[in-house]
Amino acid sequence: MLMQTQTEMAPRPAAEARPVLALSGVSKSFPGVRALSGVSLRLYPGQVTALVGENGAGKSTLVKILTGIYRPDAGEILLDGRPVRFPTAHAAGRAGVTAIHQETVLFDELTVAENIFLGHAPRGRFGLIDTGAMQREAARILRGIGAEIDPAQRLKDLGIASKHLVAIARALSIDARVVIMDEPTAALSHKEIDELFELVAALKAQGKAILFISHKFDEIFRIADRYSVFRDGELVGEGLIAEVTEAELVRLMVGRDVSRIFPARARNIGAEVLRIRGLEHPTEFSGIDFGLCRGEILGFYGLVGAGRSEVMQAIFGITRPSAGTVEVEGRPVRIRAPADAVAEGIVYVPEDRGQQGAITALPIFQNVTLPSLGRLSRRGFLRLAEEFRLAREYTRRLDLRAASLDTEVGNLSGGNQQKVVIARWLATRPKVIILDEPTKGIDIGSKAAVHAFMAELAAEGLAVIMVSSEIPEVLGMSDRVIVMREGRMVAELSGAQMTPETLVRHAAGIGGGEAA
Amino acid sequence: MTGRLVTSREALLAGALMLLLALVATRFPGFVAPANLARVFNDTAPLILLALGQMAVILTRCIDLSVAANLALTGMIVAMINVAAPGVPLAALIALAVGLGTLMGMANGILVWKLDIPPIVVTLGTMTIYRGTIFLISGGKWVNAHEMGAAFKALPRAVILGLPVMSWVAIAAVLAFWLVLTRTTLGRAFYAVGGNPRAATYAGIDVGRTQFLAFTLSGALAGLTGYLWVARYAVAYVDIAGGFELDVVAACVIGGISIMGGVGSVAGALLGALFLGVIKNALPVVNVSPFWQLAISGTAIIVAVALNARASRSRGRIILRRAEHAA
Repeated sequence: MLMQTQTEMAPRPAAEARPVLALSGVSKSFPGVRALSGVSLRLYPGQVTALVGENGAGKSTLVKILTGIYRPDAGEILLDGRPVRFPTAHAAGRAGVTAIHQETVLFDELTVAENIFLGHAPRGRFGLIDTGAMQREAARILRGIGAEIDPAQRLKDLGIASKHLVAIARALSIDARVVIMDEPTAALSHKEIDELFELVAALKAQGKAILFISHKFDEIFRIADRYSVFRDGELVGEGLIAEVTEAELVRLMVGRDVSRIFPARARNIGAEVLRIRGLEHPTEFSGIDFGLCRGEILGFYGLVGAGRSEVMQAIFGITRPSAGTVEVEGRPVRIRAPADAVAEGIVYVPEDRGQQGAITALPIFQNVTLPSLGRLSRRGFLRLAEEFRLAREYTRRLDLRAASLDTEVGNLSGGNQQKVVIARWLATRPKVIILDEPTKGIDIGSKAAVHAFMAELAAEGLAVIMVSSEIPEVLGMSDRVIVMREGRMVAELSGAQMTPETLVRHAAGIGGGEAA
Repeated sequence: MTGRLVTSREALLAGALMLLLALVATRFPGFVAPANLARVFNDTAPLILLALGQMAVILTRCIDLSVAANLALTGMIVAMINVAAPGVPLAALIALAVGLGTLMGMANGILVWKLDIPPIVVTLGTMTIYRGTIFLISGGKWVNAHEMGAAFKALPRAVILGLPVMSWVAIAAVLAFWLVLTRTTLGRAFYAVGGNPRAATYAGIDVGRTQFLAFTLSGALAGLTGYLWVARYAVAYVDIAGGFELDVVAACVIGGISIMGGVGSVAGALLGALFLGVIKNALPVVNVSPFWQLAISGTAIIVAVALNARASRSRGRIILRRAEHAA
């Protein structure tokens, strides 16, 4: 079966094919961020186009435009060469564009058949859903893709791979012409991936155009006919997979002006302050060993889902590791809750400000002082003057501009919310600060401010861990980089070993053997 | 300075309350006489007490439907003890009422904290259990005025500095809650937990424990109110304060306490309770039928929620505008 898949994968001559769906000059901006600028993309019938790019390159925005969730600010969508609009997700579906997402968007409590036909179920008398016809049709489609799934089963009883099959069956039931697969293999085992790829081959044979988004180069080279590389919201290269090498793709992906200015730092590395030994979690990561010194910035690079944030959350006491020790200044410490970590001088600035960071209904000063309240109260009562003093000190250091410290944080821009959250943690006077994607989703100006500040912190002797998926940031800021893949540390790089290519190779698990 | 005692939302509600009083005064001027207003306040005191506890619970994104049943059960227990053992000092009975109420609040809190059961389900269950327990211990019988001791009945009505003790208890509770919510780490934790539970966790706050403490406070106030209620009305039976939990939640909602958690003030809870209290007391004197009372209370709830929803929507637009400037 596998061999067959590979033979079918041979690229067809490009000249004779006409794209089913094409984007031309599409741009999309969000407040403070230009997600896509003037990109084009062509999807051909019976071909798999791989979309490659770093996190934040604009891939998700593109998928949302193709599926009618976002509307582009400029540019056209062409279906069979004719301009169309997708004002709603429903319109995109009617035009035959369907997406199978990373976390499959289906309904756990409904049956397989109901999931497949939600929104376009066959109707019987009085406009009621014809359950029998729906089940029969679902069974037929599932058989067609070789899936042995009972259409009457509830979706929640299926495994992830079977859920993917249901999603694909749904795509077929609406007679999709364009199938978008957004990191479909992220949660699958090797065997399940093989099955998925057989299915992709079957879809190709039916003449569907497939957009395949993946970080895994082996998969791309195994299954794709064409590639498009995005970087910083722009299309930087496209062509036939047969005419490109892994190295060239990596270069296209990361090859921006890495010379972008990062603050110059006097590297002034002191005594070891944090030591992690054999940290392990039953499902997320294992074998985590590293040390961190005063004044050092340690970068953690890896693909989304490599387990970096999970390690940090375990160190901070959000989750409990199953084995391993944490030492602060040579002394083993027990961290069972975030409050313990804060007491030991370890703080964590989470990635997702909205979900995990800012409390938008509270004013700035209360957000800043939240973990320091114990220190600010006397006989059980808060000293408001002290609170304001602390908040003023740290918001000033971060150059946070707001009308008043009484302003609710919800009224601030994303960059300023980030500053509030960082100020909150600095106000606890930590020894170790863990910054998880510190500049994700903030504008260039705020990014530079965060970088300068990080350098300043390190210069003052704070030990910094920076989890980042942005290669220039990792290379520009870190003294040392640990690369993680699938829950393990796969490389520890410093000095001349730190190049964009080595980072990507280790993170994506591309062979080549020149392990640093 | 803290911005929590009075905000524009509370000012709006205070204005609405004044308008309501002015309207009633045009039909029945005697209603706004100081003595009558004091009577209305005293009458509203139990609602204020329970609304304060409920507010703490709602701030943490929970809800406590068991407050009225808690009140009725503690009230029945202290009344029965008073009848069976008239020698037990009043102070001990009041301490017992607060203690029992606290325990019942803690039971709610433990279930929410340790078993992670949704608060509405927990308190719906305990509400039924507490009510059922009243029937079990009383056998469905009433404890009437003539059975209760004189001192037991007298305390809530005793007048100090022109106001009954009942009113003073409510005033003291308002001040204490204001202090707790604005000036203690616990109060700040209530807002943080309801405003963003995950962020609160990351800031080292134990979300479950904070919710537990909110339920405990709510239970303690319900227990205290249980004694005050039974003593003031000089009767205890299975159904006292039946359905009162909904008035309590309504007072909070009218007072601008967001049912989504994290937003609200003591002033809001107080004004919300007073608003309902004035409607309840004023409409009969201006000859509005009980049906209209319910309809007006209901309308007030919906208007309050709609205004709050609109206020938070317009905030959303402001975020976008500012973000665009920042870009």
